[in-house]
Amino acid sequence: MNAYRYDDRTVQGFILSAIFWGVVGLLIGLLIATQMFTPAANFPPYLTFGRLRTVHTNGLAFGLGVGAIFGLSYFILTRLCRVPLAFPRLARAQLWIFNAAIAAAAVTLLMGKTQSLEYAELEWPLDVGVVVLWLMFAANVFATIARRKEPQMYVSVWYIVATVIAVAVLYVVENLSIPAGPLKSYHLFAGVNSANVQWWYGHNAVGFVFTTPILAFFYYFLPKSTGLPIFSHRLSIVSFWSLVFAYLWTGAHHLVYTPLPDWIQTLAIVFTVFLIAPSWGSVVNGYYTVGQDWSAMRDRYLTKFFVLGITFYALQTVQGPTQGLRVVSQLIHYTDWVPGHVHMGTMGWVTMVTAASIYYVIPRIYGTTIYSEKIANLHFWLVLTGQLVFSITMWITGIQQGALWKAVNADGTLKYTFVEGLARNYPYWHLRALGGLVFLAGMVLFVYNVLKTIQKGKALEAGAAPSPAPAAA
Amino acid sequence: MAGEIYKKPVAFSILAAVVILAGSIVTMGYPMLRGDMHPRLENLRPFTPLELAGRDVYQREGCSNCHTQTVRPLRSEVLRYGEYSKAGEFAYDRPFLWGSKRTGPDLAREGGKRPDGWHQRHYENPQAFEPRSNMPSYAFLKAARLEPAEVRSHYLALAAFHPEMKTGEGDFAALSQKTEMDALVAYTQWLGHAVARRAGGPALDLAARNPLGDSPQAIARGAKVFAENCAVCHGDEGHGQEGVAPNLIDDVFLGEKGDMPDGAWFALISGGSDAKARIGRPGDPGGGMTAFAGQLSADDIWSAITWVRAQQAHERKEPAELERLEHGPAKQPEKH
Repeated sequence: MNAYRYDDRTVQGFILSAIFWGVVGLLIGLLIATQMFTPAANFPPYLTFGRLRTVHTNGLAFGLGVGAIFGLSYFILTRLCRVPLAFPRLARAQLWIFNAAIAAAAVTLLMGKTQSLEYAELEWPLDVGVVVLWLMFAANVFATIARRKEPQMYVSVWYIVATVIAVAVLYVVENLSIPAGPLKSYHLFAGVNSANVQWWYGHNAVGFVFTTPILAFFYYFLPKSTGLPIFSHRLSIVSFWSLVFAYLWTGAHHLVYTPLPDWIQTLAIVFTVFLIAPSWGSVVNGYYTVGQDWSAMRDRYLTKFFVLGITFYALQTVQGPTQGLRVVSQLIHYTDWVPGHVHMGTMGWVTMVTAASIYYVIPRIYGTTIYSEKIANLHFWLVLTGQLVFSITMWITGIQQGALWKAVNADGTLKYTFVEGLARNYPYWHLRALGGLVFLAGMVLFVYNVLKTIQKGKALEAGAAPSPAPAAA
Repeated sequence: MAGEIYKKPVAFSILAAVVILAGSIVTMGYPMLRGDMHPRLENLRPFTPLELAGRDVYQREGCSNCHTQTVRPLRSEVLRYGEYSKAGEFAYDRPFLWGSKRTGPDLAREGGKRPDGWHQRHYENPQAFEPRSNMPSYAFLKAARLEPAEVRSHYLALAAFHPEMKTGEGDFAALSQKTEMDALVAYTQWLGHAVARRAGGPALDLAARNPLGDSPQAIARGAKVFAENCAVCHGDEGHGQEGVAPNLIDDVFLGEKGDMPDGAWFALISGGSDAKARIGRPGDPGGGMTAFAGQLSADDIWSAITWVRAQQAHERKEPAELERLEHGPAKQPEKH
């Protein structure tokens, strides 16, 4: 029992760190959304869009995302293996190094120390730190599984193992570079090869940071918070293997119509379309799980987070493959459609499921209940509205941009100058910032609710603490 | 039994790793071994230390978050930017800087399109050129001097991959006189140099006459075309800007006194700088005149020429007559 207590403190530490970096990342998101229509909101040299965008993406992907992955994976693993974490002190050290690394990442990115590789911007000394962190994580995951008391490994464990392996390979290969100074390096790969390695990494960072760990949460916390068993174990098996197989072939769909050899592009597009099947395997499994008793939607407040989360995952995994097709890519690639797509995944799927998982975990650490279901419901509707406004406005303006870029007069000249296309984005960029603001308001309620639940749990503990002491004596 | 694997973590992890690595090996590992992933155009030359310093600034400021560097082989794209990108242009790009978003325009063909002075002023204050632009100001680069020792260590690290990258120590020392702005402009001009620009516009026809003449409709249309496309560099009234673009109202064109025939004007506007050599005047054969053939129709170009001619005629009139043109005929004192 004591050992479990200790593990959960680390779990909570990761969750609180993730939330902190999440709020920082969202505030920066709001600032860069404003900079899109107000150049005066740039404050050179440190606070320009070019530098802040990477702080936004890194803060949320690695601060919020990976922080939550560390914490929630440990929570899930210890339960599914029925043992405490193998190395609790290592996990505690990992928590501190994680926060130091994210802080160092934010500072160096603001200084403009970047490799210019999307989602792998951090310069080489920080990459070394990230690899150390990941090895600490892997050591705990594998050692805890090795000591498990439950012989069968559940679906969530498979997804966690796949995440540990894939991220390690992706991160190391992508970041191979030649140091040219204390915080400067040049990529080991050049030109088209560099591009191919980057999008093999970039796409699969999405796969193994924003998909597989979130599916691990989904398969564990959905049955837990609804009381309904996963509909089909066989479907879980088929989805898992086909997903982790197909994902790695698809990176080059980010490079359609670039000078990358055509066969790599085409192969990627084919696998991208195939990827709908394994993604929807989990979607169907999720729907049929809740379909066993839809009253869970009404009676258990977390159910709707998971159902909407998997719904956005479903939309995301059809929209993504559609974008990969050449005919669609030539219209929407490089436009605001793409941030619209990404934010449906991150705001709709990742954050929705992660927040629900945190709502499940935090009260259980203290053996209590959530501070306020009402606030959680309001949080739900705000983030849902904010995300829809954000994504839909971006899709509209993306299609408009793509169409204006392609428009040609009867005499074969272009119909619009670049800046004429740009100027028409402004109304949509205003709306996008508004959507982001509503989303942020929802997330602030979430943070408040979590902190209040912890406060409530601590008060309970303080009240309960004196009684066991005399009993022991 | 297949289900047994979910009870054997070592076997499970090995199998998962193999399944994950399959696609990585075929689509990422194997291509590296092929020659077509390492092409190099004959005309491609490595960065000078100044250009590399500029590329470092480009990376540091995150320019690739808003600008791409790859022109797709699509009709509208080739019209807008120029020849589509070739694999062999990027042999020195570590990493590639193709980007993934065009909040601003693609820059793969930006080199040689405009004069250095245009870029300096544009980086300083983009809204001065285009009020609707959302690009931040990079004026602070003008005040930042380059650190020769730092550029040297960056250059030598990159040169470790490319033995043909050689430069004298003096080249580094000279950098102390340069600013980050100079470096960024030099890098901008490096972009796309390895690919010949599409010969813009129709063949030079010196006998061609402006079909629009000097009708008021043509002047009105030309004023609009000029304001939207030409004024950015040549000034609102065509007087040019020092170091950016020449005066179109004085009587010196391409280094020679006296106006050019209609056909030369047309060739210069539609074909850009590439047309200069064909016109046969002594002026600077380089420079940064944009080719407007893909962006403006023939009638647009002719109307702009009409407007410039009208402007020239207007300004060469006597001051008194100018006064009368601008404010109407002087009022006669009323008779009693």
